Amino acid sequence: MNVTNIDLSLLGIMLLAALWTVMGRSLLKATIGLALTSAVLTILIFRLNSPLAAVFELSVCTGLITVVFVSTISLTKPLTHKEIIEMSKNRHKRYIYLPLILVLTAIGLVLLKIPNDFAVPQPPETPLSVQNILWNVRHLDLFGQIIIMLAGAFGVVTLFTERRKDDR
Amino acid sequence: MTADPWNLFLVFGFFITMLFICGLYCILVTRSLIRAIIGLELLIKAVTLLIIVAGYINNRMSLAQSLVITVIVIEVILVVIAGGVSLQIFRHNGDLDTRRLRNLKG
Repeated sequence: MNVTNIDLSLLGIMLLAALWTVMGRSLLKATIGLALTSAVLTILIFRLNSPLAAVFELSVCTGLITVVFVSTISLTKPLTHKEIIEMSKNRHKRYIYLPLILVLTAIGLVLLKIPNDFAVPQPPETPLSVQNILWNVRHLDLFGQIIIMLAGAFGVVTLFTERRKDDR
Repeated sequence: MTADPWNLFLVFGFFITMLFICGLYCILVTRSLIRAIIGLELLIKAVTLLIIVAGYINNRMSLAQSLVITVIVIEVILVVIAGGVSLQIFRHNGDLDTRRLRNLKG
């Protein structure tokens, strides 16, 4: 695959969405920016011939994680007007350096001479499907995933439940 | 490595680096716990794209996809647990300011 203008545009949009996520004032808008970053990443993953990973990214990262973030934000108390003004002053000072750092890094990467003599391993003679790799080659990963999901479920029950005052 | 995969790796690598810096800067500078989790999410997205690009260049898309699925599962659990911890800290401290975490014992 050659890098086309579509890929470059998508990468640019992804970076802009990420910048908006980091630099925006509102947490809710930052969450929406993260979802947008995820959605554009999904298209890029799909264009790189990985449809299964793209579907996971779209449904889980764009959908579920956004819902989790919005739920968490909605369960916390909003800032007062005075606090918003105070935070906005400080935010401007703290985040002004990010575009500068990005531009400097971009210049450094363009000027950097990276040798292109890396050896690429030969493609496998009999390419396996994703299902085959997940179930037969990397089955230990699945075991780990199950444990992590159980830990997550336990964590949700423990952390999201509001304790009674006499339990504290 | 032939010119085309190398070119692809350079272009994607450039943007992956930028995305990674955005996430890292967010984690380092922010004072809100939720925004720190968002920064962590951006870091994971950069890593996800790097795995996919590496798999594409090496013609091992299936392996890359299975790794990405594992990463996504871990990412979700991490966000849920971190969200829950943030909520508990909010209930304890009354806000999500990371500077106020210094009052914790231990």
